[in-house]
Amino acid sequence: MKPFEPLDSIAVPILQANLDTDQILPARYLQKPRSDDFGQYLFRDLRLRKDGSEVPGFVLNRPPYRQGKIMVGRSNFGCGSSREHAVWALYDYGFRAVIAPSFGDIFFSNALKNGLLPIVLPVEVVDKLLDQIAAEQGAQVKVDLAAQTVTAPDGTTHRFAIDPFAKHCLVNGIDELDYTLSQMQHIVAFERRHEAENR
Amino acid sequence: MASERAPRTLFEKIWSKHRIMERDDGQVLLYIDNHLVQDGAAPAFEMLRRRGIAPRAPQRTFATPDHYVPTDSRDLNTVADPEKRRMAEALRQDSARAGIPFFGLDDRRQGIVHVVGPEQGLSWPGTTIVCGDSHTSTHGALGALAFGIGATEVSHVLATQALWQRKPRTMRIAVDGALGAGVSAKDVVLSIIGRIGTAGATGHVVEYTGSTIAGLSMEGRLTVCNMSIEAGARAGMIAPDDTTFQYLAGRPFAPAGQAWDDAVTMWRNLPSDADAAYDREVALVAGDIQPMVTWGTSPEDVVPITGRVPDPAGVSEAGRREALTRALAYMGLTPGTSMTDLRIDHVFIGSCTNGRIEDLRIAAGVVKGRRVAAGVEAWVVPGSGLVKEQAESEGLDRIFKDAGLQWRYAGCSMCLGTNGDMVAPGKRCASTTNRNFVGRQGPGSRTHLLSPAMAAAAAVTGRLTDVRKLLDNAA
Ligand code: SF4
Repeated sequence: MKPFEPLDSIAVPILQANLDTDQILPARYLQKPRSDDFGQYLFRDLRLRKDGSEVPGFVLNRPPYRQGKIMVGRSNFGCGSSREHAVWALYDYGFRAVIAPSFGDIFFSNALKNGLLPIVLPVEVVDKLLDQIAAEQGAQVKVDLAAQTVTAPDGTTHRFAIDPFAKHCLVNGIDELDYTLSQMQHIVAFERRHEAENR
Repeated sequence: MASERAPRTLFEKIWSKHRIMERDDGQVLLYIDNHLVQDGAAPAFEMLRRRGIAPRAPQRTFATPDHYVPTDSRDLNTVADPEKRRMAEALRQDSARAGIPFFGLDDRRQGIVHVVGPEQGLSWPGTTIVCGDSHTSTHGALGALAFGIGATEVSHVLATQALWQRKPRTMRIAVDGALGAGVSAKDVVLSIIGRIGTAGATGHVVEYTGSTIAGLSMEGRLTVCNMSIEAGARAGMIAPDDTTFQYLAGRPFAPAGQAWDDAVTMWRNLPSDADAAYDREVALVAGDIQPMVTWGTSPEDVVPITGRVPDPAGVSEAGRREALTRALAYMGLTPGTSMTDLRIDHVFIGSCTNGRIEDLRIAAGVVKGRRVAAGVEAWVVPGSGLVKEQAESEGLDRIFKDAGLQWRYAGCSMCLGTNGDMVAPGKRCASTTNRNFVGRQGPGSRTHLLSPAMAAAAAVTGRLTDVRKLLDNAA
């Protein structure tokens, strides 16, 4: 995982509530190897027609939004399946953060493990942010993970919460498994006890 | 004797028993008793290989392919797409290399992993169960803490047999009273989702309680817990009782002899203590529950079969109005239409929600002596090879075939179409599955979620139908 860098980027509004992972990454690409560029499959059926031509009007087909690294969505973003591919698609396309009032639980943890920062902000704040970035294509939003703040185009700054450990992993590009492997003695000891109790 | 500890829920009892350690930020390393693996797991095995780590506890792992297997034959070579073929093939190889028990296509016990786990007695009360698939919540029906995880987490569990988790909140959903004729577990869970919404239980583990739930068969309980994820829940669970123990007794991977007696003694202590508190509570009355059917593109877009397609004009909130309009356009529906006026092209009976023997018995009971309506293509896909065998020994396959339904081999099939079994664009499918998302059963497919009885009724009438009408006629 690459270390998370401060973001000052165009933000992309996605106005659909309960955006499910089937929309973010359709099931017919689930068998592709991780070495593929999943960005090409992102929102495939919303973004592109069957013949591969662009759906006019879809937000990522409007030039300034193409460069966006921050996505702003509505509540229950990423609900549905456990497919980590949905996160890979957003990441490979270039996104590094998603801001929403709430997330599907599995999507949220998948995102953290792949360098995509899921940010929960109150629904009023997200609504205002969506208004601003939809009104002015190319409006910039700042995300500072160290300070745990999001700065909207109108200059207002909003603090967000994040687990310190997840933050540590993101900032340093560390993967959780390394840490767990360093704690293996605890797992082994627990397992011995657990198996004896359940025999 | 009164216990000195604070009253605990079923969830809390399992959680505390599997707590290995806690991190500074409050995340808990949870021991995983049972790791189920299906044919989407190739990326997770690949992650481990790249780090030079071998799966640590193959004896606590179990694998069977379901998403990519063909359902018209047992020959993997009939899967045209080499990448898809490769997924099922990779699972066999990865399992063999690691020494993980594996039921392949040549094994009559193969099937959808969430059907096979309980069927084989792999899913026990009081245990932690994970799988790289969101519908792992199914196994909570046996009184386990079971939840879906992503690929990175699958590789973490393979490497360590443990997983970091923040303690979820708890929610109790109580359903009390008797269900009416033609009303099933599927209608119960669809009603719950209609009531609380697809984000209704986000961040929570749901425990289903009440006399209706206690009265359900194990099959029915599995159906309810299966769709917990469609209510946004991390997991769903039901306290183990005699129904659970009778279901598990004698299954191949269940404890046996003295170990069985000891296990049951332990399992009897699992139900939530009388005064245990939940973060949220919801209650439903069984008598209010009707046969349900979805009209839209989210499982919460659900109405009783006696209802109508909603009208966006009546919705005040702009975002919701827009979503509704979009859903109706995708589904090809006109506001105000009676649900029973909707003609259907496909029927799909199967999946981890409703592919068990009881589901097939109910569906067969409805189609018996009737014919699939002209122009309708109806499929029955058993959840496992053993469900298929059992159904055949009861003559259910004959009933289906005589009525004009296709009788196929076990797998996920048309639930999400990754094996190529798909609903064509613009076609309408009455489906016993769990998701009606845009494109779920194939690009442009239009899905109506309903129970096996309702799906069978749709098959023989060619339209969405109140199955109670057919029951009345039959009586
Ligand atoms: S039957 Fe459907 S929901 Fe169940 S595991 Fe298979 S694809 Fe997923």
